[in-house]
Amino acid sequence: MLRLFSKTLKTGVVTERIKKPAADELEQLGIEVKQQIDRHFKGSLAIRAVDAGSCNGCELEIHALNNPIYDIERFGIHFAASPRHADVLLVTGPVSRHMQSALLRVWQATPEPKWVIAAGDCAVCGGEFGESYACCGSVDKVVPVDVAIPGCPPTPEMLLKGILGLINGAKTRSQPSDARQK
Amino acid sequence: MSQSWRDMYSQLLSSNQISHTSSSIQDTPLWQIESSQWQRAAELAKELSARWVAGWAEQLEDSFNVNALLEKDGDYVLLRTTVAEQHLQLPSQSTIYAAANRSERHTRDLLGVHFTDCPDHRPWLKHQAWQKHEYPLRKDFPLSGQPQDITPPDMDYAFVKARGHGVYEIPVGPVHAGIIEPGHFRFQAVGETILNLEEHLGYVHKGIEKLAVQRSPEKLARLAARISGDSTVAHAWAACQAMEQAASVDIPSRAAWLRGIACERERIANHLGDIGAICNDVGFAFAQMQFSRLREQWLRPQLQDFGHRLMMDYIVPGGVSHDINQDACERQLQALKTLRQELDDIVPAIDMNSSLEDRLYTAGYLSPQTAQDFGVVGYVGRASSQDFDVRRDKPYAPYHTLQIDAVLEEQGDVASRVWVRVKEIFASIKLLQQMLSQLPDGDIKADWKTPQANAEGLAMIDGWRGEIISYVRFDEDNRISRFYARDPSCVNWPALEKIVLNNIVPDFPVCNKSLNGSYSGHDL
Repeated sequence: MLRLFSKTLKTGVVTERIKKPAADELEQLGIEVKQQIDRHFKGSLAIRAVDAGSCNGCELEIHALNNPIYDIERFGIHFAASPRHADVLLVTGPVSRHMQSALLRVWQATPEPKWVIAAGDCAVCGGEFGESYACCGSVDKVVPVDVAIPGCPPTPEMLLKGILGLINGAKTRSQPSDARQK
Repeated sequence: MSQSWRDMYSQLLSSNQISHTSSSIQDTPLWQIESSQWQRAAELAKELSARWVAGWAEQLEDSFNVNALLEKDGDYVLLRTTVAEQHLQLPSQSTIYAAANRSERHTRDLLGVHFTDCPDHRPWLKHQAWQKHEYPLRKDFPLSGQPQDITPPDMDYAFVKARGHGVYEIPVGPVHAGIIEPGHFRFQAVGETILNLEEHLGYVHKGIEKLAVQRSPEKLARLAARISGDSTVAHAWAACQAMEQAASVDIPSRAAWLRGIACERERIANHLGDIGAICNDVGFAFAQMQFSRLREQWLRPQLQDFGHRLMMDYIVPGGVSHDINQDACERQLQALKTLRQELDDIVPAIDMNSSLEDRLYTAGYLSPQTAQDFGVVGYVGRASSQDFDVRRDKPYAPYHTLQIDAVLEEQGDVASRVWVRVKEIFASIKLLQQMLSQLPDGDIKADWKTPQANAEGLAMIDGWRGEIISYVRFDEDNRISRFYARDPSCVNWPALEKIVLNNIVPDFPVCNKSLNGSYSGHDL
């Protein structure tokens, strides 16, 4: 137990703060995110990550948002276990056809108002896989997308920026008919 | 000196009147046998305790080639048979080798090759995205297919049922609660105890084998790098090595060493992330925070030195895309020292933690016998006494000049799998120190040569998850006509169904994470 405490103390706080804004705009971005989230979501934004056919590269970087260096939770953003608890769907992958119905159902299960972020090149435009017998080709072909974050995979910083973009451009959208109903 | 198993196998086949015309793909012997003998040949291999490694098929003009790769003591043999299109069936090997089951169903779903007496007739990769009697890998099936507007969910998969007082079923997935890939798990449980688990995968089938057709070598490498994002280096390496074999391209030794460095870095990055995640699955946040910090600090320099945080597209046909200078080597050597020091603090802290001990020891037991029966590879196999490592047993550059100590554990539980991975990090640190300090000079990329039409390549690479098999055949004009990649997850996934038996349902996440199969690498 002593080793554990000693290591924790020795490690200290590694979460990154503003050093040189030009080189590392994470903190600044985060602060902006926090203010925007406060306005729209009273300090809390629940994200439901949905892998709709990614190669799992995007998932690795989404995971990184939770590490103590990015620590996305300090901005009031957290990952929810169910779409019913989510404000935002963070969708990755070119939407494999085998996941199409599942993604639609997740979208339908998410309460209004809701936003969809397409994360990664595959989700944005099909990426390396594109449209085929096995893939729908991009997320917006299945559910309406509010923000697209390109990258293969997008870095944690880009993911944070994308969330900022969403919050800035947030408009109350509640058009379930946009998504093709099952 | 004792006879190699290959010779014994060859004699055994001959004494059973199974003719096997011998040729080879590079240094892997290729034995062409009659399709009617397909099962018998597997039976004889099993008698010699050979491991069933991978199976795939390929459409030719008016026939199909079916392949099965076997291995023992690092010696591989590729069995091949040719089946006429009019009579597209052959006896199944999955009655002999459980590992062949899903592979044969994969081949049937995508190519329509029928394995008679295969004990499992349910589709595997095919859900509802294409029709029955349509086979996407056939040449007359267009890449675009004829998809419906909305592909319906695959509702009618015939899961095994359990009945009885107090037995209930838990369906999980395809969308899971965490940030992980999609797949379906069907549990039968009594109280908290798992009676049976069945996996239903194929949700992330992206048509990778079909997309590979007609690609150039560079584009195939990009595709292979996206088979499973966490193994991007290893898969790209395997695909490139197979293509280089086919094209008789010798890569410069500096390139081989740089590939080795990238691959060991990938191993460390994934082990760091997963050890933390396993501890987190039993609520031990200290390890998760420490290891995810180490992982992030490990990934960051890769952007500068390898051009990408995950080193995607670093390996290209003929070599690698970036060189590293002396400064970068020094920096990386220094980082290895730092990592070693950090782990010397953290590892004893988790080793001596009784709450972790409580949850990880004896949980998720995989017996050495089951591991052998399923042909399990990588750290899952090595935690259950399966002493196999491609780097040591069928060495390739740069490992042929390095000392590889395979880490072995015998207990077969979640804790064993964690310890194998902890020790593999230390082993990889040693390897990296050697490779960085002895990095040979020279070019980092060889000129590409257009391979002959029909040239084949078969590569085995040890990724962080275990042995990756990559097969390519070229068409004319430097184009790919067939590509198959067998991720280690394909043979490890079935073991999970055994690992969880008699565990409690709440221990499933930690059991699953300790195996950590790739869904994408499996579904292709």
